[in-house]
Parts: sequence; structure tokens; C-alpha cells
Amino acid sequence: MPGAIYAEGLVKTFGDVTALDGVDLDVPEGTVLGLLGPNGAGKTTAVRVLTTLIRPDRGKAVVAGIDVLKKPNEVRHAIGLSGQFAAVDEYLTGRENLSMVGRLYQMSSREAKARAGELLERFHLADAADRPAKTYSGGMRRRLDLAAALVVSPPVMFMDEPTTGLDPRNRQALWEVIQELVAGGTTLLLTTQYLEEADHLAHDICVIDHGKVIARGTSDQLKARTGGERVELVVHERQHIPLAVEVMRPFGKGGFTVEEHTRKVIVPVSGGARLLAEVIRELDTRGIEIDDIGLRRPTLDDVFISLTGHVAEAGEETLEQEGAGK
Amino acid sequence: MTAAGGTLSRRPVPRARGGAVQSVRDSLVVAQRNLIRMMRIPEVVIFGLIQPIMFVVLFSYVFGGSIAVGGSTDPDTYRQFLMAGIFAQTVTFATAGAGAGIADDMHKGLIDRFRSLPMARGAVLTGRTLADLVQTALTLVVLAIVAVIVGWRIHEGLLKALAGFALLLLLGYAFSWIGALIGLSVRTPEAATSGGLIWLFPLTFISNAFVPADNMPTVLRTIAEWNPFSATVQAARELFGNLPAGYPVPSAWPMQHPVWASLIWSLLIITAFRALSVRKYRSATA
Repeated sequence: MPGAIYAEGLVKTFGDVTALDGVDLDVPEGTVLGLLGPNGAGKTTAVRVLTTLIRPDRGKAVVAGIDVLKKPNEVRHAIGLSGQFAAVDEYLTGRENLSMVGRLYQMSSREAKARAGELLERFHLADAADRPAKTYSGGMRRRLDLAAALVVSPPVMFMDEPTTGLDPRNRQALWEVIQELVAGGTTLLLTTQYLEEADHLAHDICVIDHGKVIARGTSDQLKARTGGERVELVVHERQHIPLAVEVMRPFGKGGFTVEEHTRKVIVPVSGGARLLAEVIRELDTRGIEIDDIGLRRPTLDDVFISLTGHVAEAGEETLEQEGAGK
Repeated sequence: MTAAGGTLSRRPVPRARGGAVQSVRDSLVVAQRNLIRMMRIPEVVIFGLIQPIMFVVLFSYVFGGSIAVGGSTDPDTYRQFLMAGIFAQTVTFATAGAGAGIADDMHKGLIDRFRSLPMARGAVLTGRTLADLVQTALTLVVLAIVAVIVGWRIHEGLLKALAGFALLLLLGYAFSWIGALIGLSVRTPEAATSGGLIWLFPLTFISNAFVPADNMPTVLRTIAEWNPFSATVQAARELFGNLPAGYPVPSAWPMQHPVWASLIWSLLIITAFRALSVRKYRSATA
């Protein structure tokens, strides 16, 4: 039985550009799929096909059990979309925006108003509810846009880069909302350039580049593909580097990397935290002073680089890369 | 964000009503949205008024006296003759408004939002054109007042005059559908504005709006007589009683039956451009 979002062999070209080149997706009900890829990888096109906004040249798409190509209007009853740009009317107030969307979902005027009030409260926009959206900050507009996608509670949600351009605090807040939605049983397809975001929110991840899915699996599976753990060690004095390498060699799985300027030695290992304790003891015995040592697992950044050969291009912000994988 | 509001209640998706009722309702919701916008950006309405008022004043006082209408160069005769032309030209400017508005909605991603909602197909465009119709009506009211101030009068009674205004509004509504198609076809709101305006100048000048067509070279005269725009101008002039005595009515069918011609042209334009626009809307991509 196909999942709540199912796509098979989606192809879409725009002139010479192949935006989708045979994309297959299958998202089980109640789970989150993170569609991960750089700008221009085809993420947005995939979302637009699945939300009935464009027709693919080839392929099949089923959302909430409804054929997207045959019954687009029925699909629209079952989905919510929060696009890449905060799609709100900037001359309307927050309240007017939401009640307009409610009425277009065929609610009565009173129902739509009540729901708008509830959403404004929930998304901390109550104080700004009667100001034109023009006066809102970027984070507020995003929240209003997301609220608009939640005017009804559709079983399937699509969010196209929901946190692009948000500051870390707003991003965190949005993550909480998303997690709450999913806990309530919503199936979600989320596109992101932030590897950390996919790691945090998604049950399954599809890495997409040049219109093709180049890897899929859970965050852990993808990380495992990239290689295992490694010990990263920073010695206090540069002349201790050769000695440190000598100490670590027996613990390693072969091969090591030295970064002279940062006084860092990286050795791939297997054996976890126990091994780390032994390394530290041994270094101590040999009198090597260390500034930092840690057991690192690969991040999705590493996964991405190893898969595509290039770094995921971030939006306006730089990625807040976390040293230790989760 | 979890603190204050607590958990959001789940709200099932209401069933679609479908059919004409939903179409009308959705269109009115969108029209209301566009009217709220217009009230919040009054500059647009005000600038939209300045040009026709300038035309009324400039044409009346600069050209009046030099242009012979029905054999008379009396400035007042020209002023009576001119007004229907300026009214008609003004209503066609709705094209640019509709075009720019829809292009802007595409640009900002609003069309994507609307298209992902279970709403009636043509409602976003119908709502926009209805709102433009309201704006056009307001503009016409102000313009008529200015026209009366400079000496324009109706001579066939209020009912016929209202029928004349109704034909003008219908023409404006028809042209806003042309604007809708332009707005959906261009990439930026700026392109929609100029794309909505440029062709209006030849269209409104190769017509009977500002000068009688009978002095034009044959080719232009034929175009002018069959120009949809001329039919409405001629119809309005008849209904306002602004055709000067001795004004030769051309033998072309639309000039002989201007009210019918105006109706037919406007309804044809609405039917054709509505169909084209709705089709375009369904495949529109920002």
C-alpha cells in the first residue's frame, strides 16, 4: 500500500533544464520526509507537482490516496502548502489574511474568523493581528504563512524551505509547531537546505541533486554510509603532533588526517566512548597536553559532501554547523 | 511558541459546495480582498483619476475650438462630443490595473497559495476584475462630476445616461479580462503595467473618441469604425445625447447600431479572454 505521499518516475523539464529526472518518493502516513538538496536541485518543482501547481511531463503522483494528475481538486482538499515565499497579502492584516483563506476553504464567515483568532493566538501574532502584514518582520510573515497553511488541518502538509531566512529562535519555534503537527498524525514533506533541520525533524531523508534522488534513508543510515566515527584531537603544542599520531595509530582503522594550522589530528575509529577513555589515558601517560578531544560522528553535511562532491549551498545565512552529530 | 496558545485544535477540511454558488462566493471573497487593498493604497486610485481629469481639461480647452465636429468648431460642441471618448478611454485603463495586480500576486507567491486551495477555478481572476469594476465605477463618478463642471450635459434623460454608463462599465470589465491575461503572461508587475497600457494608445486614438473618424485615411477610418472601443463611444454619445446636430453617422454597421455593437463586442471580449485567462491561470507558475 503506497504511503500518504507517493510519486513514481516524476519528470519535469523547463526548456533545456531538467528539473525532475525520474523522482520516486514514498512517505508513510504520519511521518516526515525531508527532501534535502542545494538550490536548483528540484525540491521546489517536486513540491509544486505534488501540490497540483504544475503537471509533470511524465510520472505518477498520489497524495492522500488521490491521484494528483486525475483529481487535482480533490487533492487540494487534503493538503496544506507553505511555500518558499511567505505568501500573504501584505496590505491585508494578519486576521484578514487568515479569514480569507478560511473562507476559500469553504468555511462560513464566522467559522473562518474564529479559526483566524485561534491561529493568531497560537502563532503569537495576536498583538499584531490587526496590522497590515506589510509591517510584520520576516519571522512574523513566515508564521502567518504557516498559520495560513493550517487554517484547516489537512492530513498531508507540504513545506518548502519553511525556515529559510529565519533567525535561530524563530526556527526553533517553527520546529516545535512542526513536531506538534506530526505528533497529531499529519504526514509532512519538508524541503530544506539545512542539513541540521532534516536531521532534527525528518524520519526519512531523500537527498536530491540535479533532479535525481541520489540517496535515501534515515539520518543514521545516511551517516553510516559516509563512514563511521572518528576521534578528533587538538594538541596544545604543534611539536606534539607526530607523537599524538603515533599514540593514536593503534586505535585507528587505518589512515589519519592532520591539520597543521589547527593542530588537529583526525583518526577514523570504531569502538565508541570506551576507546576514547583509553586514548586519553595513553596520551596522558605520554605527557601530551591536549586542548580538545572528542568522538565525532558524521553530520549530514559530511553525508552531503560525500554524495554530491560539493557543499550544500546555504541560503542567506551560513549553516550553524554542529561539531558533534546527534 | 508552545507557551501561550497551547495546542492548536484540529479542524477537518469542510466539504466543497461546488458549482455556481461556490464560484460566486469565492469570487466575492477575492473581490473583497482586492477592495481592501485598494482602500489601503489610495494613491493608486488617486493617480488613476489624475490622468483622465487632465485629459478632460486639456482636450476641452486646448483642442476645443480647433476640431470641427459636425461642421462646427464651437468649443462647447467639441466638449460635449469629447466626454464619452474620455470616459471610454478611462475605463480601458482598468486593463493595466488588473494586469499589474495579478502579476504582483504571481510574483509574491499568492497565486500559488490560491491555486493550492480547493476554491473555484476562475475565482481569483473574477474577484480581481470585479474589484477593478468597482474602482472603474468610482473613477467614472468623479470624472462625470468634473465633466459637468467644465460644461458637459446629458440630453436624453437619466435612464439613457445610466445605460450609457453601464455600457462603459461593461467595456471596462471586458478590458480588465484582457489585463488579467497579460498579468498572467508576463514575468513582473512592471511589465504588466506597461504591457497593459502601450497598445491602448493606438486602440483609443484610432477611433472616434477624440476626433470624428470621417477625416481619417480610408484604412484608418475602417479600423476606427469597426474598433470595439468606437462602438461603445458612439453608443454612449447617443445615449447621452452628445452627438452634435449634423454629425454624419458612418454607414458601417457598428456605427449604425452602436448599442448592440458595444454589447456584442464587450461580451465577446469577456467570453474569449475569460476562457484564455482561466486556462492560463490553471497552468500559471510564478
